[in-house]
Amino acid sequence: MVGMALPQVAPVESPEIEEAPADDRPWVTIVWDDPVNLMSYVTWVFQKIFGFSKEKAEALMLDVHNKGRAVVSSGARERMEMDANQLHGYGLWATVDRD
Amino acid sequence: MFRRNGSQCVATFAVDEVRVLRKVAGEVVGLLTDGMDHTDPVVGRLFPDIYPDRPDDSDEFRLYTEGDLKTGKIDQAGAILAALPDEGEGEVRLDGEAAEAWLRAINDARLAMGTRLDIQADTDLGEELDEAVLRDPGSSRVFQLSVYAYLGYLQESLLNALPEIE
Repeated sequence: MVGMALPQVAPVESPEIEEAPADDRPWVTIVWDDPVNLMSYVTWVFQKIFGFSKEKAEALMLDVHNKGRAVVSSGARERMEMDANQLHGYGLWATVDRD
Repeated sequence: MFRRNGSQCVATFAVDEVRVLRKVAGEVVGLLTDGMDHTDPVVGRLFPDIYPDRPDDSDEFRLYTEGDLKTGKIDQAGAILAALPDEGEGEVRLDGEAAEAWLRAINDARLAMGTRLDIQADTDLGEELDEAVLRDPGSSRVFQLSVYAYLGYLQESLLNALPEIE
């Protein structure tokens, strides 16, 4: 819920714990350009898997095509693995990495 | 080639087309069922490493996902075989679900053939075919290149025949 007033609570001081800095960069799914997949097919796959509009899917496809690779989703590692796996089911060349 | 008819994608295939489609779909099924060879570049392309720089993580992920991925690919190639006439020419009518399976299966077949034919981003298929014909019109490369080109047109026609995604 948004818009609710929060009660004023003084922050509690927590003891400092020395930790290695956590790597909080998000995970990303990357699709790589390949010489076989049709541009129209890649656009269709993006619409199908991610529910993108045709315009958005086409722009992303062109990004892959022109730059050789493009980030198609970002978030939790497990979700990126699911996305990449789904893309493999459609024959797209997808990998997972840190942003 | 496919065209739209009501809610279906419809194509009429000649004898040779039925034969070729049966052959390529059967080859994909064979590749996936005869104990896959992971050093085969075709297998590498159909089942890419999810973490290119971390082979251990890729292998672990593969362990959990490859079975389902493989079954999916066998099923979609099976959808081609199921819809084709047993022999001779004939009409194929695909509903949305079958059309999707065909698209994915044609794509797998093109990936397999494209990898074997060493298709690159700057490959001009027409030129490749002309050169191959000059060398030997009856060669397997001429046949493979023409089938590869044919599958590209077929896939494009099916994409065009699909109803727009909502």
